[in-house]
Amino acid sequence: MKISTEIGITEAQIDLLDVAENFCLDHSPIEKVRALMEDDLGYDPEVWKQIGELGWLAVAIPEDYDGVGLSLTEVVPIAEQMGRYLLNSPFISTTLAAQALIMGGTDAQKKSYLPQIVAGKAATLALSESNGDWDLNNIDAKATKDGNGYVLSGTKTFVMDLTSAELVVISVKLDDAVRLVALRGDQISQHAVRRERIIDEVKRSYELTLDGISVSLDQFMNENATKATLGHIHLAANLLGSAELCGACKSTIDYTVEYLKTRRQFGKLIGSYQALKHPTVDAFVGYEKARSLLYAAAFCFDRQGEGEVATRMAKARADQALSFAADRAIQFHGGFGFTYDCDAQLYRRCALFHASQYGDAAYHKRKLADLLF
Amino acid sequence: MEAELREFERDADAWFAENTPGEPDFMLPLTFMEVGTDQQFEFLREWQNKVYSAGYLGAAWPKEYGGGGLTQKHQDIATRAMKKYRGPIMLNAIGINWTGPLILDIGSEAHKQKYIKGILSAEDIWCQGFSEPENGSDLGNAQLRAVRDGDEYVLNGSKIWTTHGHYAKYMILLARTDLDAPSKYAGLSFILTPMTVPGIETVKIKKLTGEHGFTQTFFTDTRIPADGLMGREGEGWKIAMQTLEYERSARGGQAGGYVLTEVDPLEILQLASKAKRDGQSVLADPVVRDKLMDFVIDAQAMALNGKRARISPLVRDCPQALPLMSKLTHTEFALRINEFAISLMGTKGGYYVDEPNAIDEGYWHRSYLNAFSATIGGGTSQIQRNIIGEHALSLPKTR
Ligand SMILES: Cc1cc2nc3c(=O)[nH]c(=O)nc-3n(C[C@H](O)[C@H](O)[C@H](O)COP(=O)(O)OP(=O)(O)OC[C@H]3O[C@@H](n4cnc5c(N)ncnc54)[C@H](O)[C@@H]3O)c2cc1C
Repeated sequence: MKISTEIGITEAQIDLLDVAENFCLDHSPIEKVRALMEDDLGYDPEVWKQIGELGWLAVAIPEDYDGVGLSLTEVVPIAEQMGRYLLNSPFISTTLAAQALIMGGTDAQKKSYLPQIVAGKAATLALSESNGDWDLNNIDAKATKDGNGYVLSGTKTFVMDLTSAELVVISVKLDDAVRLVALRGDQISQHAVRRERIIDEVKRSYELTLDGISVSLDQFMNENATKATLGHIHLAANLLGSAELCGACKSTIDYTVEYLKTRRQFGKLIGSYQALKHPTVDAFVGYEKARSLLYAAAFCFDRQGEGEVATRMAKARADQALSFAADRAIQFHGGFGFTYDCDAQLYRRCALFHASQYGDAAYHKRKLADLLF
Repeated sequence: MEAELREFERDADAWFAENTPGEPDFMLPLTFMEVGTDQQFEFLREWQNKVYSAGYLGAAWPKEYGGGGLTQKHQDIATRAMKKYRGPIMLNAIGINWTGPLILDIGSEAHKQKYIKGILSAEDIWCQGFSEPENGSDLGNAQLRAVRDGDEYVLNGSKIWTTHGHYAKYMILLARTDLDAPSKYAGLSFILTPMTVPGIETVKIKKLTGEHGFTQTFFTDTRIPADGLMGREGEGWKIAMQTLEYERSARGGQAGGYVLTEVDPLEILQLASKAKRDGQSVLADPVVRDKLMDFVIDAQAMALNGKRARISPLVRDCPQALPLMSKLTHTEFALRINEFAISLMGTKGGYYVDEPNAIDEGYWHRSYLNAFSATIGGGTSQIQRNIIGEHALSLPKTR
């Protein structure tokens, strides 16, 4: 397995980095993040609308389906800035669902859904189950033949932004083979949906009970592409997750440094104490390394093999970087760090949540070791 | 230009393919600070001279002083070729990496004429007289006295941990010229000092590996020409900081090549096949795999940091951050990976250099001990963290 040591930036990435930073800074001040945490929906529909209008949902969608025809490489700077400013919306879940369609949808499904996503409709993935396994093939939900159609059973967990989604890509077993199904939002009754209490209170996640939902044959996605699609989703989710983690890590360090520069004890600014300064520098070094790995992964994501190695490395380091930075951020704020009001907990929770989804650092290191030696 | 560069690249590749020496029957140093025997010294001096004569060192330095008169791109190509064939390190590190760039930047015409060529050819070895027995990290407190007497300075005091001290023809010296200056920094001056004049005694110091490494240098009423002064009296601290920026690669202009070699974590794979654990390869141990993977990722991240530093949209939050942290990350990595290597050897981790049963002739053991040279020399890792914290993150100073 080859390790790519390339890194670069595209013109579109440069533009998007700029625009996304300003947009997220303007639209996601921390007071608003805090207010939305109390809100059931969890995001600002007006902001979501603007995200659609800015064309960000179209970035990685092919031109044939009204998209811009770029790739996830260009989505990375957007996700990074959203992570940095804790701007929540169905953007990531919709982008990932679109990737599933692009990779594994039938022509008819692509034609029907992708232009809708470009136009600003939300979509999501329902792949996890209560076994807690990161292996997306390890599922129990089922589709069973029932007359002309199929009836579903089982329960999906960690379905992000489900209540907003007009398309849900779910995984079920049909005759023992894992299959993906493009479920319409209107096929899901309110009673089948339960909001999950997740550690990252900025995000919204739901449990979806499939029991009794009927689907038609043409809702099944391309049979031959299931494995490749799940593999692609696993990596795409980790790439965008790394971007969010890196962005959040930047904020965590800025937030901590600010406190270290203003809080005094024993007559000195606490940032002059090396017991605080040196670990903060270590967190910063961890962040810079993670960011290099992130943009390298973005750069070679589409390359078979190299993309996988780079993405797993990026996620492993981004997880470690934010986990460490945010853990120290709580400690270095003293009593205030222990409070709900201190933003350090938001970042620590963000790291814990990302570690729990699509594999943590240890998991990716094991996968990498198996790939490399 | 492009075609010319490609031709240069082809030539450089061919030259290093043909001329890079094989392993001699003694161990070569991995860093310039490790040079411990005359045998190693002579071997490396000859190699640097050969590289320079072929035009692959100092390629971007001005022709009139002995450089190649080409561009930095040419030199980078040559350095890459050197790396590709894993050539030995450049010996005259203090000359090519910081004295040379400094002289080219702020030296007089006479300095340039006199020193540049000898730096590149390794004819004139340079050493650095900054640290003193009582003043190391607190370099600004250096006390070695230099008193002006006509067109000479008279030196009294001592420098220590002087790398290449007993081989050097010249020293870059940080000396106290003014005892009444308003601050400790303002009393310092930076002087290019000959090492071959009466009144200088170098005493070898045995380093932790048991070999000789650096020296303590004693100055007793030593008279040196005053024209070695760089800048003006009292500017020593500023100039010393500039040389440290070269040393920590935070500033460019170096002659090229490399003075430290790096361990590729995948080399550890070969090592791992040389010892068993519970009857199996150590690589079957999941803890070993996890740790090794951390090193592989770190090596990758450092290589990418170096490249990202040149992509301005990706460093605009803090452009100096990546260069500032480069010394800390690379030297700590080298220390830890050598330590890890020893941990993979089972009982054989207990051997040392020259023991016939030792894995790789004790290479990793020696490398681990030597790796502290770089986490201590050139400003310790703790001092590096202070610098990064204060300069990149604007944290309050530690006093
Ligand atoms: C192999 C090698 C080669 C060298 N070559 C040269 C050379 O060619 N020329 C030359 O001039 N010098 C050279 N040095 C010297 C080197 O620069 C000094 O050893 C180094 O700067 C530390 O100074 P010190 O030894 O006095 O240790 P000290 O400054 O006494 O430090 C002792 C410990 O205290 C820590 N410490 C000190 N101050 C602080 C602080 N403010 N905050 C946190 N921790 C602190 C240090 O990190 C260290 O761990 C070399 C050293 C080595 C090991």
